[in-house]
Amino acid sequence: MEPEIRNPEPGTQKLMPVFQQIAETIRTEKLTGDIFRFTVKAPDMAAAAKPGQFVMVRPGEGLDPLLRRPFSIHQVADGGLLQILFKVIGKGTQALAGLQPGQYMDILGPLGRGFEYTAGHLHYLVGGGIGIAPLLFLAKQLLKKNNPSAIRVLLGARTGAEIAMLLEDFKAMGLAAEAVTEDGSLGQKGLATDLMTPLHDEHPAMVYACGPYPMLRAVVGLSRNRGWVCQISLETIMACGLAACLGCAVQRADLNGYVHVCRDGPVFNADEVAWL
Amino acid sequence: MAVTQPDMEISIGPLRLKNPVMSASGTFGYGEEYVSLVSLHRLGAIIVKGISLRPRQGNPPPRIAETACGMLNAIGLENVGLERFLSEKLPFLQGIDTPLIVNILGDTVEDYQQLAARLNEVDKVAALEVNISCPNVKQGGVAFGTDPDMAYAVTKGVCQHFKRPVIVKLSPNVTDITEIARAVAEAGADAVSLINTVLGMAIDIRSRRPKLANIFGGLSGPAIKPIALRMVWQVAAAVRIPVIGIGGITTPEDAIEFILAGAWAVQVGTTNFINPKATEEIIAGIAAYLAEHGMASIRDLIGRARQT
Repeated sequence: MEPEIRNPEPGTQKLMPVFQQIAETIRTEKLTGDIFRFTVKAPDMAAAAKPGQFVMVRPGEGLDPLLRRPFSIHQVADGGLLQILFKVIGKGTQALAGLQPGQYMDILGPLGRGFEYTAGHLHYLVGGGIGIAPLLFLAKQLLKKNNPSAIRVLLGARTGAEIAMLLEDFKAMGLAAEAVTEDGSLGQKGLATDLMTPLHDEHPAMVYACGPYPMLRAVVGLSRNRGWVCQISLETIMACGLAACLGCAVQRADLNGYVHVCRDGPVFNADEVAWL
Repeated sequence: MAVTQPDMEISIGPLRLKNPVMSASGTFGYGEEYVSLVSLHRLGAIIVKGISLRPRQGNPPPRIAETACGMLNAIGLENVGLERFLSEKLPFLQGIDTPLIVNILGDTVEDYQQLAARLNEVDKVAALEVNISCPNVKQGGVAFGTDPDMAYAVTKGVCQHFKRPVIVKLSPNVTDITEIARAVAEAGADAVSLINTVLGMAIDIRSRRPKLANIFGGLSGPAIKPIALRMVWQVAAAVRIPVIGIGGITTPEDAIEFILAGAWAVQVGTTNFINPKATEEIIAGIAAYLAEHGMASIRDLIGRARQT
């Protein structure tokens, strides 16, 4: 079966309910020096969440840092649990990383448009670095209607430490997951896209990608060469997550104006946005 | 003794607001974006994203940058344009029992007049807020807001075509804001709202480039509150029409400061991005303050800090 995406025109999506919750932090895991996985109890949000959607988290109660930070939803689990996976890159994520189990997190979501998926063809999940975050949730959902052999996970990271636990999570789901690292400390030395290069195009497939912009651009190129439909999850600076500030603009493919990552995305069909 | 609810009602000309707290333009979308987070009917008024005659694409990204206790934005007045506003956004707002104030912007006096004339036909539009103060576009916008004669001309043009209250939103990026305030009051404005964002910039020291593609942007958030409060104080002494205070209001206490300085009402802006329920919390907090201090009406609070 040929995969297809039937997304509505950007800007015309129906508004879905959004929840603001002061959620208890249940568990904090430090995966490596600067990568953390937090589990919070947010039942309404967890129940409504779809793979590829995101949440906006307030880094603290103070006024500096001021803005919420966007994080894609890493996983949801029974008991109303929701996970985010994040890397400390500035003062917002730094403040968040200090949160202890039992403390509370002001969280808004689920937000945006997630991945679209059907069954009956191959699925390639391509993640680079912290961009792997939403793919675990996606893999879980795909497994409900697909044989594990139809799902291939291709991961890239700077070091093995960043990715080892995540790789195990995919493998524990019975999936074929491969990883490469920039320093060669896990798998071959290379980039996530190197895992795509040898793939043949004889089977119809859908590609789902999340990671740094250069990786996404390369994945889109490799997918187009093979005639595969590609969905990419974009990241931008964002103030509200609610399509009120219009700060998260990304150029449309036809260069005629902008789409907004928070509402039209964060997941886009690769053909909807310009690759500059 | 039974505690009576303080009277929170405020009138700006013939515009009656159930309380003095409004959403600031550009921070609340077209209202529908907040429907699952805020009880919209509780707000004093909803001021929607600025509308121009024709749709605008806005500026290239990056459009925003966080700064200490604030944010810079250079959205560039991206909006759906008048016709799509009326056909796609207005029906939702029609169903909300809260006065709707439409923020309008244009490149010429004629643009503003056409917008005013068309919106005058829409009963739901309780008032207009005339944006003569956006710092992020090349023409129009702030050009009207920094020259008293042009500010006068735009205000006069709008007032001739719109028969309900006209509020003019003022820019802080001028030497003397009272001069502009006096010009628009003389032209017939029913109220002034201030301040719009403060022109600023930020540089990324890693890429060694400005953080905004537009280079300059408007600073908003708690960082600008003292500037806004000072200007409200000055303008409240300079004009007889009501002043609406805007700038970094995050808490009920911030809003009360503006009212004590002489504001009749306030607008909550950037805080909506961080705390979507801020407007409702500020309304409740002001009412609690009045009750706690034995004040019967919000009107007793206006300008109280000015009395010697």
